[in-house]
Amino acid sequence: MKRMLRRQRALADYTLAALSRRWGKNLALISVFSLVVFVVASAMLFSAALKREADVVLQSAPELIVQRMVMGRHEMIEADAVAALAPIRGVMRAKGRLWGYFYDASSGANYTFMVPDDPALVPGPGEAIIGEAVPRARGLDWAGAPLFLSRRSGDLVKFAVAKVLSADSALVSADLVLMNEADFRDFFEIGPDVFTDIAVTIRNPREIGTIIAKAEKLLPAARFITRDEISRTYQKLFSWREGLLVALAGAAILAFAIFAAEKASGLSAEEAREIGVLKAIGWDTRDVIAMKLWEGALVSVGAFLIGTVLAYGHVFLLGAALFAPVLKGWSVIYPEFQLAPHIDGLQLSTLFLITVVPYVAATLVPIWRAASADPDRIMR
Amino acid sequence: MSQRPTTAVFASFAALGLAFGAAGLHAALSGPAQAARMTASARLVGQVGLTDLALFTEARYARHPSMADLHTAFQDNPMSFEHFPAGSFVPLPESLGQGRLGFSEAEVAR
Repeated sequence: MKRMLRRQRALADYTLAALSRRWGKNLALISVFSLVVFVVASAMLFSAALKREADVVLQSAPELIVQRMVMGRHEMIEADAVAALAPIRGVMRAKGRLWGYFYDASSGANYTFMVPDDPALVPGPGEAIIGEAVPRARGLDWAGAPLFLSRRSGDLVKFAVAKVLSADSALVSADLVLMNEADFRDFFEIGPDVFTDIAVTIRNPREIGTIIAKAEKLLPAARFITRDEISRTYQKLFSWREGLLVALAGAAILAFAIFAAEKASGLSAEEAREIGVLKAIGWDTRDVIAMKLWEGALVSVGAFLIGTVLAYGHVFLLGAALFAPVLKGWSVIYPEFQLAPHIDGLQLSTLFLITVVPYVAATLVPIWRAASADPDRIMR
Repeated sequence: MSQRPTTAVFASFAALGLAFGAAGLHAALSGPAQAARMTASARLVGQVGLTDLALFTEARYARHPSMADLHTAFQDNPMSFEHFPAGSFVPLPESLGQGRLGFSEAEVAR
């Protein structure tokens, strides 16, 4: 056992000495390999963490949302619809939701205005509860600064900031401005008998299909969105995002694949000669193959470890800073959110299999041919 | 005797392995605090009645993808391609194309 370890270490020593003879090329190879692993691993970790976050956090979203559609667009729904939905068997509660968007010309940001469902969270008259990004977007640095909003030129509405929501929930609340119903209706100048949509609470989630079928008869023009659909939207959205990022990295991956295949499989004359010399001085075919295995493993496992560790740091310690400008697009408000660190063993194994194994295989195949040939023939 | 090349390289591999282990440890140790944070966020979602993540605030169909109209991405002009950068990250709604056409209820159900 000890002898075998000593022998392997000697082979590794020899491999490293051989690699260091072409150190520039090999360093470039490891750097590019690590970068490719870093990009793919970052996309994987980021989208998996976002999926998990959306899954857990949106579990408390309303079970069923009923929207009124007019000419293919979401329209305000009348209070009569709330009264129509409430008596359906299995419906615990139907409540009109009030929410809307406000474009703040002074900061260029879009806010989501909303009336909270829970009475404990409803602010008093003239007060607002705001998300963590709102003061940031407006440059309100001091605590207690009021929120002035202008709907049109010459108009100014003042809200006292009752509370700023914690940055811990930024991913769901960054752009929120919460106010009471009277202030909301007053601000948007809407009548007392309309709502943005209706949130329906259901006693038994298995009855949701039946309830929708009954509600469709009462409100034929309505659109029904279940919590499952909300969750699926996000699962799909983040898979799409991951796919997009990997597709963007695709060109780099392809370039790397060509580079690595060329490096690993095409034996240079110098390398062929080296193998010839090794065989001539008494190296076994097995030794030559073991030496090349060491080379492939050192390069690919090294690059895998560097890329994965950097990707973890990037996503969970630096808040995926490299992805933020892409995701931010033209939005002024982008939440400063943290993601729960999570390493998925299956995902990492897949990454390992698609990066390390092909590289080691690409190194081995041509060497097999050279190492089993006659040294005299390869040296010529 | 000069140092063998494997000494430094194996040491670096050990360091990388430790960093990898530290990442796993970090994930495990921050688990309870992160679970508490997510529970608090979920509570806020329930209290306010939220349906979406505030990740893309630039356009309304990106801010509330699950609530958006079924074809908003191309709403502004016929033949206009998506102009908000976030639109490239927000795919078609899940429920698109599930409706059925028919002359009677039985036909639709079938």
